[in-house]
Amino acid sequence: MMKQKIISKIIHKVILAIFVVLLAFPFFWMAIATFKQDGDLYATQNNPFLFNLAPTMAHLRYLFGQTDYARWLANTTLVGVLVVAITLLLAIPAAYALARLTGRWGERLGIAIFLTYLVPPTLLFIPMSRVVAVLGLQDTIWALVLVYPSITLPFSIWLLMGFFKSIPRELEDAAMVDGLTRFGAFVKLVVPISISGILTVVIFSFTLVTQEFVYAVTFISPRSKQMVGVGVPNFLVLGDVYYWGGLMAACLIASLPVAFVYNLFLDRFIAGFTVGAVKG
Amino acid sequence: MAVGQAKIKSIGAAQSPLLGFAMFSPAILYIVLVVGAPFLLAIFYAFSDARIGSDSLHFVGLENFRSILQSPSFRKALQNSIIFTICAQIIVMVCANILSIALEKPFRGRGLVRFLILLPWVAPVSLGTIGWKWILDSIYSVITWVLVWAHIVKPYNTPMWLGEPKLAMASVILVHCWRLIPFSTVILLAGRTAIPKEIPEAAAIDGAGFWRTLFQINLPMMVPIISVAVLFGTIFTFTDMTVVYILTAGGPFDSTQTLPSYAFATGIQGSDLAAGAAVSLFLVPVLVVIAYFMLRLAHRAEVG
Repeated sequence: MMKQKIISKIIHKVILAIFVVLLAFPFFWMAIATFKQDGDLYATQNNPFLFNLAPTMAHLRYLFGQTDYARWLANTTLVGVLVVAITLLLAIPAAYALARLTGRWGERLGIAIFLTYLVPPTLLFIPMSRVVAVLGLQDTIWALVLVYPSITLPFSIWLLMGFFKSIPRELEDAAMVDGLTRFGAFVKLVVPISISGILTVVIFSFTLVTQEFVYAVTFISPRSKQMVGVGVPNFLVLGDVYYWGGLMAACLIASLPVAFVYNLFLDRFIAGFTVGAVKG
Repeated sequence: MAVGQAKIKSIGAAQSPLLGFAMFSPAILYIVLVVGAPFLLAIFYAFSDARIGSDSLHFVGLENFRSILQSPSFRKALQNSIIFTICAQIIVMVCANILSIALEKPFRGRGLVRFLILLPWVAPVSLGTIGWKWILDSIYSVITWVLVWAHIVKPYNTPMWLGEPKLAMASVILVHCWRLIPFSTVILLAGRTAIPKEIPEAAAIDGAGFWRTLFQINLPMMVPIISVAVLFGTIFTFTDMTVVYILTAGGPFDSTQTLPSYAFATGIQGSDLAAGAAVSLFLVPVLVVIAYFMLRLAHRAEVG
């Protein structure tokens, strides 16, 4: 019995170790390449797991000194902030209305909105490219600011609906007895106590903006206007030459903060994805 | 007091359809304009001769569909989309089930392990995929180095991971799995923790072993949550263009082209909006099936 327990413990550790290595390896590998000298990086006879030459900051200096990388990070942040603002402005009232004010068909409408989350950018990007051109937004980040809420809104409304439903109705009723209007109760009471749900939507929308690729590569061509997710693969490669050190540094720097923040809010996103298939 | 109670009740029951309408209509209007309208436009384009840089627009009937159905590249793309999606889902489900069982019980360092395991899902797709492009490089691949070091392949005859059709297809599937395993794992984990502990325990007392408990109790109870993971996973793989675009750009010789990447290649890079729109419409049947199952799940949750 004792022996069995030890064996199952070892199997447990081994399984975890295998998955951690397989899943995290590319990021570990990015970190290694970031600090390796070119002479070491491109020497096939060297053991790639070791620093055969001294570590270097050259790739980071190149990335921030001679490329538009910092600019792409700024573009991405700006688009992210604007999209988050639009998403909140549209999603918070809509979610509250569908959760509270419209009864059973509000619920149905909520599910319908959630289903639009399943319509992928790869289905819409071709007609969208024409719409963006007609509106004169081609090659500006405003094209993305206009379109991105279409990917953030459905899921955000869905998440917030779940959140608002969990607030006891008696709270609003009490506030309305105290003389607030329905809308007043929503603004002064419901929104403040829903801050953590709203924060989840902020993080979710922002990370979606950093992850989106199809619209960003379709609408924007000039180098300086790129989002980081497109700029790195399309503009850090000159001709056919890959500057792997700089590329890997670029990937790692943009990935880690997003991953870290997303991780903090993970459980709430999952609650949204499970569509009520789990009651917990 | 009794009067106050009655009043509160009446307010609580009263819904405000008008205020409700005013509050949700901006969002609905936006979705109709930015999702609904382009969708209709995509259908319209598929029956026209729209091209980038040309203002003329004629109705051409089924001409686009006829020509893409005759193109070998399109058939390859359709076939690949299906193969990639099915292979990835099978591998992901096996791995995610194992991993979610391993992660269920608390242990030291679980938070860190969870963060590391989640990285592929939470980092931007395009950037993670470039990491793989470096790992699978034709000359400097670390996998090749390890294989040579272990004397499994000869140094003068190393595999071209992204340069040979079969290997390139396997690489695309690998990257999709890598990205989806974390997502499916946390979904399954959420479902697993919701199973009442008493049932497997009772089964254990009645003498059911590990495998019997797994196949006759745990897995059947997990069906709804596994469906959620598979439905989302299918969408994420089937409609994705980023992995293929960055890893292989559809090559070598269109051997890894998928519907979305082929739509991009014809519609945007090839300027033939009409044909591109027609290609992307082939995504719709799968999306409709998935939406149907999602609705059934949501309905079940609502009733149950």
